[in-house]
Amino acid sequence: MTPDNLKYTDSHEWVKTEADGTCSVGITFHAQDMLGDVVFVENPVVGRKVKKGEECGVIESVKAAADIYAPLSGEIVATNGELAESPEKINEDPYSAWMFRIRPEDPRELAGLLDAGAYDKVAAAEKH
Amino acid sequence: MTNGLKHTPLYAVHLEMGAKMVDFAGWGMPVHYGSQLEEHTSVRCDAGMFDVSHMLAVDVRGTGASDFLQRVFANDVARLQKPGKALYTCMLNEQGGVLDDLIVYMREIGSYRAVVNAGTAEKDLAWLDAQRLESGAQVEILPRRDLAIVAVQGPRAREKFWTAAPQLRACSEQLANFEAAQAGDTVIARTGYTGEDGFEVMLPAAEVEALWRVLAQHGVKPAGLGARDTLRLEAGMNLYGQDMDEHVTPLECGLAWTVDLKTGRDFVGRSALQRAHPARKLVGVILQDRGVMRAHQHIRTPRGAGEITSGGFSPTMNRSIALARVPGDLESRAELEVEIRGKWLKGTEVKPPFVRHGKVLVQP
Repeated sequence: MTPDNLKYTDSHEWVKTEADGTCSVGITFHAQDMLGDVVFVENPVVGRKVKKGEECGVIESVKAAADIYAPLSGEIVATNGELAESPEKINEDPYSAWMFRIRPEDPRELAGLLDAGAYDKVAAAEKH
Repeated sequence: MTNGLKHTPLYAVHLEMGAKMVDFAGWGMPVHYGSQLEEHTSVRCDAGMFDVSHMLAVDVRGTGASDFLQRVFANDVARLQKPGKALYTCMLNEQGGVLDDLIVYMREIGSYRAVVNAGTAEKDLAWLDAQRLESGAQVEILPRRDLAIVAVQGPRAREKFWTAAPQLRACSEQLANFEAAQAGDTVIARTGYTGEDGFEVMLPAAEVEALWRVLAQHGVKPAGLGARDTLRLEAGMNLYGQDMDEHVTPLECGLAWTVDLKTGRDFVGRSALQRAHPARKLVGVILQDRGVMRAHQHIRTPRGAGEITSGGFSPTMNRSIALARVPGDLESRAELEVEIRGKWLKGTEVKPPFVRHGKVLVQP
């Protein structure tokens, strides 16, 4: 089930707004399912300013490398260090295994992201 | 996704067991059944099984069979001195390029079986037939699409196989490496593509589902082509179409040991190989930085440029390893660089295999 409390991109990132106003970013169940076992995660450095849609990370799986795109413009304020040692968390629990947090600079971008229902259609269209 | 693809007799069983299917050389094949890493580890530490029925068994028999194979194969088929013996060999074109790599078994005097790659099967059959016509050899070439092939691999593979199929124990218990036994229409060979002990079993297609199910019931884990690829890469074994093809000679892909230039035998490709001065060789690479090497990435070495032919993540070593074609005079343990996604990362040349029988053989 695609969680209703998150927002999504058509490049398969999920975005969760935290209590402090920053946004956690990870990849969806569908994305990790397509990639297979994740073996390596490269996160952006903290302090980097990113534009929406900019490449800012890489996930390497047993099968392929996938770029991770910034779902929002803003500053990277944190990365999930746990994934360096345990990249498999992305497969085990994709909606808990956040990669990095952004302090968004434009709230309108957040409103423009997909909701769960719209994202499910994107994912379903890709499957076949 | 599987529209228009060929299916092995186990196709429905794979789906039932949760396989994710991919197109491999025109065949819908399982890439994994949930986790490629778990399947890899099962084969390294316990027992796993692969459906490799997409590969084609080709029977070659007749009074001219031995001479014919001595002409079309680069390894010395005379080394198969009695029924049941197996030999790894390349089949070359006149330029010495690798048309395919395969295992050939002697079944009886004058009766052989070659097991060829799925992607090259049709091309191989056409080539063999042309060679037969050209040489006038008295042989019959029989593709055996009626057979299925299952590879049972891992340190506990044989033991679990015998528990699951006790009727096949007596005939296969004494097999040494690269030996095969026959029980009716079933051939059990102590061969594989993983660097672990085990069997490859060829049997009538109608019987394979029962064998697969009983093996699964006895704890042999179904494994897909994903794990098969990382296992063979760790074992330093070439993949046809990736580490070698028609434009590469065995001398440039680490297979000089399979080419018989010692006897006077004239085989297709021999004269080209004798004239060849290979400027490239196939080596192993361990990535020292974090990242994953993939096929076709560029390499820089002190002796010139090279290219990754097969790369990936080694679950046993927990880092990225690769096979790469590099300048022929590159020293062992040379430091080199691999271009991964626009960055040059550090690697080290090593001599494959990386892993055999569960143990890491190279110095990281």
